[in-house]
Formats: sequence, C-alpha cells, structure tokens
Amino acid sequence: MTQILNLTINGTSQDIPIDDPRATLLDVLRERIGLTGTKKGCDRGQCGACTVLIDGRRINSCLALALSYDGAEITTVEGLAQGELLHPVQAAFIEADGFQCGYCTPGQIMSAVALIAEGEAGLDPERVREGMSGNLCRCAAYAGITEAVLKATRAMNREDAA
Amino acid sequence: MADVMNIQGHVRLGSNAGQSMTRRDGVLKVTGRATYAADNRPEGVLHAVTATAGIARGRVTHLDTAAAEAHPGVVKVYTPANRPDLAVSPDEKIHGFAWRTEALQDDTVRYAGQPIALVVAETLEAATEGSHLLAPRYDADTPRIGLDGGVPFQPETISIGRPPSLEVGDIDAARTGAARHFETVIETPAQYHNALEPHAITAQWTGDRLEIDTPNQAIGLAKQSFAAYLGVNPAHILIRSPFLGGGFGSKAILFGAQLLVALAAKDLDRPIKLALRRDQMYGPVGHRPATRQTLKLDVDTRGHIAALEHHTIAVASSFDDFIENASNASHSVYATTALRTTHAGIRADTGTPGPMRAPGEATGSAALEVAIDDAAYALGFDPLEFRLRNYAETDPATGMQFSSKALRECYAQAAEAFGWQDRPLEPGSMKQGRLLKGWGMGTAQFPCPMFQAAAHATLRADGSAVVETSAADMGQGAWTSLAQIAADGLGIDIDRLEFRSGQSNLPDAGVAGGSGHTATAGTALFNAGADTIRQLAELALNDPASPLFGADNAGVTARGGRLYRNDDDTRSEAYEDILARAGLDLLRGEGKGAREGEPERAMFSHGGVFAEVLVDPDLGQVRVSRLIGAFAAGRIVNPHLARSQLLGGMIWGIGFALQEEAIHDVRTGRFTNADLAGYHIPVNADVPMIEALTVHEDDPFVNSLGIKGVGELGVTGTVGAIANAVWHATGIRPKRFPIHPESLI
Repeated sequence: MTQILNLTINGTSQDIPIDDPRATLLDVLRERIGLTGTKKGCDRGQCGACTVLIDGRRINSCLALALSYDGAEITTVEGLAQGELLHPVQAAFIEADGFQCGYCTPGQIMSAVALIAEGEAGLDPERVREGMSGNLCRCAAYAGITEAVLKATRAMNREDAA
Repeated sequence: MADVMNIQGHVRLGSNAGQSMTRRDGVLKVTGRATYAADNRPEGVLHAVTATAGIARGRVTHLDTAAAEAHPGVVKVYTPANRPDLAVSPDEKIHGFAWRTEALQDDTVRYAGQPIALVVAETLEAATEGSHLLAPRYDADTPRIGLDGGVPFQPETISIGRPPSLEVGDIDAARTGAARHFETVIETPAQYHNALEPHAITAQWTGDRLEIDTPNQAIGLAKQSFAAYLGVNPAHILIRSPFLGGGFGSKAILFGAQLLVALAAKDLDRPIKLALRRDQMYGPVGHRPATRQTLKLDVDTRGHIAALEHHTIAVASSFDDFIENASNASHSVYATTALRTTHAGIRADTGTPGPMRAPGEATGSAALEVAIDDAAYALGFDPLEFRLRNYAETDPATGMQFSSKALRECYAQAAEAFGWQDRPLEPGSMKQGRLLKGWGMGTAQFPCPMFQAAAHATLRADGSAVVETSAADMGQGAWTSLAQIAADGLGIDIDRLEFRSGQSNLPDAGVAGGSGHTATAGTALFNAGADTIRQLAELALNDPASPLFGADNAGVTARGGRLYRNDDDTRSEAYEDILARAGLDLLRGEGKGAREGEPERAMFSHGGVFAEVLVDPDLGQVRVSRLIGAFAAGRIVNPHLARSQLLGGMIWGIGFALQEEAIHDVRTGRFTNADLAGYHIPVNADVPMIEALTVHEDDPFVNSLGIKGVGELGVTGTVGAIANAVWHATGIRPKRFPIHPESLI
C-alpha cells in the first residue's frame, strides 16, 4: 500500500508517495526523489556519509525510517547554497581542501553546519575534531576538514556580528 | 619546422603548473552535484543485490529462488542455473591486470562473502529482501584461514608479474665479516581498502551498445575487460567514471558482479543498478593480505649494514596468485654490501588480494623501519644518525644511480620541524603527565613508474582549448593538476582550458595507480599541447602576414595564448589571429606519455617521517600526538593538493600502525568485523597535529616534466615511525600490526 509522506526538504514542502514502508530516509532522498547529493557509505550508521539535518539536528539518514519522519523539515547538501552563492561551510571546504574524492563531503558539510550551529566546539580545534569524528573520510582529509570548520566558524561569527 | 618547445630533458613549465590551486571540481563536490555511479537513475532502472556466501569453502546446494521471486517487486533471480552466458569464463585471466572473479560460473564457494546469486527487483528494498529469502544451504568444507591455517606454496611471480626473489652480493661472506646480527619477525594483518564509496555499477543497453557508469581507476582497461567477458565489440561500450569516491587500488580491477549486472540488464532489457553493501566489500574487490616478515640485518663495527635479508610469507587466495611484494621494500632504501629478498605464499580461503595503497611498500617498509630502529638502538646510534650512516648513494638492488634523491634534505627539514635533536636515546625517558611519550622516525620511499597514456588537445578559433584523456580522479586531484599541466603544454591560462575526462571514448590515460598517473597522463597532455602549438607555429612562421614570419631559426615560445619570437619579445601574435588567417576553426594535436626504453637510473620519491606518541601506561592506549613528514617527489604540480595527498597517506600510516585489521573467525572463515564499526580506520580525532613538508627536487631523468608522484609515499615510513615512537615510549618492540593496547601493558 502506498502511503504519503510529507517532508519539507530544503524549504519546499513535498508529498512523497512511499511504495515500500521499509524505505529509509536516505533511500527516499536518493532513489525516490533524486536528491543524490546525500551519500550511502555503509547503510549502518557507521560512516556519516548520509548525514542530513532533521529539524536542525544532524542524523544518519540511513538509520532513519522515512515514514517515521512525516512532517519533518530536512536540510540536505543541495539546500545550503543560495543559487551560485556557496554556504560559508561549502566555501571553506574548497579553500582548505577539506576533501579529496568528495564522497563523504556532503555528510561532512552537513555535520559541520550543525556542529557550528550547536556552538559546542567554537574555535577549539580539539573539540572540532571530536565533533566531526562521526564522519569518516577514507582519503583522510581531516586536517583540511578541521581547518574548514574553523574558517567557516570565523566567517559566520563575522556575519553574525555584521 | 620550428622547435617551439624542446620537450626533451627538463621542461620549465609555465604559469599554471607549480601553483597551488583549489580543485576544479570543488563546487560540484561541496554542493552534491558531483555524480558518482550510484547517483545515476536512468528511466525504468531496476535494483540489483548480490546474495553472498555464508561459508568460506564448499558448494551451494540449494537456493530458494521461488521464495525470492515470489516476493513483491522481485523481477528475477540469477544463479549458476540460469545465468546468461559469458563469452569468456571469469576464471580466465584475459590480461596481466585481470583477477579471477566470481560471476555465478558454478556452485563453488571459495571465500565467505562471495556472490552466489543476483536478485533484481523494482526497488532496492525488494531486491534486498529477495536476497535474504534465498536462504542458501551449503555443503561446507573446513576453511583454511590465515598465515598458519593455509597451504604453503612457492609463487612464480609476485605483485603483478615480478620476480619473487633477488640476491645481490655474497650474503654469507658479508655476514661473516659483520660484528652484530639482528633478526626481526613482524606480522601484518589483512587490510581492506574501504573507499567511502561502495563499488557500484549502472548498466544500460541500447541494442548492442552498452553504457556503464562505474567508478574505475583504469577505464581503458575496464572497457577491454567488459568487452572480452561479455563478447561485445569494445567500440560499443561506453564507460563513464567522472568521479570515484576513493579507489586506493580496489577500483582498478573488474569484479564479477559488474559482469552480472551487464548480463541481467541485457536479459531484462532494463537499466540495472547495483551498489555493494559495505560488508560485501570484504571479499570480491581485493585487499592487502596478511604477511609474516623476517628481517636479518648484519652490521659492522662502524654501524654500516653489511647484509640485509627480507623474507615475506603472504596470504594469497586458493584460486589466484597475487603475492604482496613486501620484501621488495628493502631493495633500495638503505646501503648494504649484500641483499637477499624472497617471498612465499599461503593459499587460504579468502578473496584474492590485490594492490592497496602502497602495495608491498607499506607492508615491507613497516617491518624494515622497525628492524633498522632495533639495530640502531642496540649499536648506540640515534635512529636518524644510523639511517644517515647507511644512506644509499646508489640503488643497492641495481647498482644504478638515483635519478634524484633529496632524502637528506627531507630528513633535515622534518627533523628540524619536529625538534628531533633533543631526543634521548633510551626508551621510557619522556613523560607528559602520567602518559609515556616517545619519538620515532621512518624513511618513506616509493618508486616512480610510468604507464601508457594518450591525449588530444584541440585549439579553438577563439584561442581557448579543449584537452581530452580518460584520466581517473579518485580524489588525488587529477582534474586539477592534469589541467594545469595541459594548460602549460598549450601555453594558455587554465581558465581558457576545458578538460574532458572520465569516460572511455576519450584517449586512454592508463591506470590511476602506482603513483604514476600524473606523470603518465600529464606527459601525454603536455605533449598533445606541444604538438598543437608546433602546428600553430608552423602556420605562423610560414605566413608572410604574421609578425612571427621568418623567426625560423630563433624559434618562438608559447605563453598566455600568444606565440612570441624568441629573438624579439615585442613581436608576437595571438593564437586566434593565427588560426583566423589560416582559415581554421580548430587545430588538433596528439600526445603520448610513457617511459621510453629501459631506465638507466633508479627512480624513487623519498621522505622522512617523524612521529610522537603518547601511551597510557595503564591502558596501553596509543595516541599519535604529532606527525611530521618532509617529502621530495620531483616537481610538485599543485602544492595545495599534493599536501592533501601526502597527509592522507600519512594518516593511512596511523591506521596501519594502530587500527586496521580484518579479523577472520578461523572456524567459519567469516569476518567478525566486516564493517566500519568493527574495522577501524582513523577518524578526525585520531589526527591531532600533522604536517607534510615538500622539499624542492629537480629530476631531469624521471620524465620530461620531472614529475614523480605523491599518492602512496606518505604511507611508507609513517607506520615504522609510529611503531618506533611506541617503542621509544614503552621499550616494547611491536611484533605485529596493528599495535594492540594489550601488547603494551
């Protein structure tokens, strides 16, 4: 039986017919509505490649049963840039070379956006590294990732102050 | 014809190469718009899931295909009973880079996790459930697992077609004259590449034409392989591989499920997509095998190595012959009077090993660096002094001179940055709070191979250009660094260059592996540009209307989209003007990249790596607190990206030294940790302070561009540096990797 799932994804409310109740949020995003920016690395909540924000909180979308998120607001990597204007975290990842192959990058970036919003790490590199450790990077771009998060934090602090 | 650019000998590149530039694919990657294979959703696509064997050796006696096919959404189940024919058996090695693979050719199981059926369904959920419903039954044999559970054999070749042993000088005579003898035995575990992107394929037929989206490190070779196994004209196959979510060696080789998806897509006349589950990557797509290595070192009274032996026993599969060439890592690092290396194999019920980032070198270097450190301490030498004392001025394995070797400078710069001069000789001398602190070092070395590559360059009427080569960017930054080289070959700004790559209908750029891709494909691109400019110059020099007319003997130089007379810099002409007067819309050149003839020099990249660790004396927990390497690798095309590559390699060294290990249950032959929760790779918090310095090095011999390679170098040296730092903290020499906490308390 097809059920209708309502999600507000990157600011747009959508009714999504769900043909299979077993579908994870990740597979709904990727296979049902074509938002393939969010990646599947392990499908077990172990790598963080599928990180999206649900109501502002970062989660592993591979562990989220889609139908249990009816009515939720979801932000994916496709929802960060405003047209051609990159989000400060996206810009900082390019500048600091916070990625190589790019596969874990959408998850890293979503995680970083939430980490900065959580305000727990601030400009302490040790806490940034800890807060980003749920997102594996096999290319091991960790030095660049940490630098990118710190850069973006500073940039966003400046924006807030302005 | 004018000699526009002498591309023999050392070439001074122009304004693009050598500059730090951010990645050209950066925006695509940070916005989620970079399309990896599994991101493709062709109209009407079906989803495939492989069912895999739960035993390591034996036969599949029953699969409940009826139950699977009865599940809503399941379209078809393929087993050995109904699998469409292949033109060539997947057990046939069709070329030197082909591995025997499983594509449902029979009911045999040769390792746990081997594909035993393919379930195709309308949705991923249905295919997954269908694969579970197959509930296989087996006729199981006792599995042969690990270094001590398998069957020894003597391989004819190791790695890919290399001789298994080497003997230089008279080992016995050299040993007799030496004062001290040291012996080190070290084990390394099976490791898995674990690229973050699982291996995936989307296949779609249109008549007899096949389009494939799959991440691949050697697209040209992959096209040949698909064509041969499927019995399809290679010209009818198009492979797209614009982005690879990491490869590390595991995406260079074809695996059976890729063939099955192509067969099923033809059979069902629908596009089909398959992505391996994480646990399915622990078997059919290669790994770094377990080794047991024995090093024998004989040193004279002045601290010079007289005899060096390195013997490796490596696990191989029961059905193919890849042997990790770990002993070869001792061939060219330290000077010795006599050298002997050997390899032996153990056949076990595991997937066939293959190249994994620094194959052989990482494994062998780990053991060699520990052995060297052991000897240095016993003889009362500082580890760096001992290494300098045994600095190889010529290659011990071949007697040849090195093409370039700035290793001394690497040692010096990294040691200086690290603060090595204050290091006490005795282990257990330093503390930080209640933690034991240790400093260790290792030498990094990696060869500089070149493969075969071809490229095209086309100058357009507006003076911009497009270059084409089927290079693979798996994160190393090929799209950026190769574009920088190509722009210099054409003498234009990189912003005027369109770089086309990542699909099989372009000139073959060879394999992205062996740290040879930038050198090989880069040379092809540079030569294609130079060939184009040569033709352009010919047009201008023969045209009386050109300001360049008559410059024949002096020649011209290309830069910034103009040709300049070498004898008069004020006389120049823009590319577009030369083309316009000649009535040409396009001008096309071709180039090849390869090493010509037998090398007359030994060619390696080098580095010195220094590590600091903190060890908890009660828990045995090891943290790498500082890691600093300095590397010399010829011309660095893009320092920004090369640094990332080197850091990535060094962090792989942390994983090798302290974390990575696939654990077999020896009773069942199944892995106990085939996922990213159980198989530990470094996370961000494991990497506190790390730096990679690059040391200037001009190499006029390695290739015309002076490029070596940085992809694998950082792994070597680092593992030993960390192990030696652990010893320096604790006084305990690791006997196996990864170093377990319980071995330190």
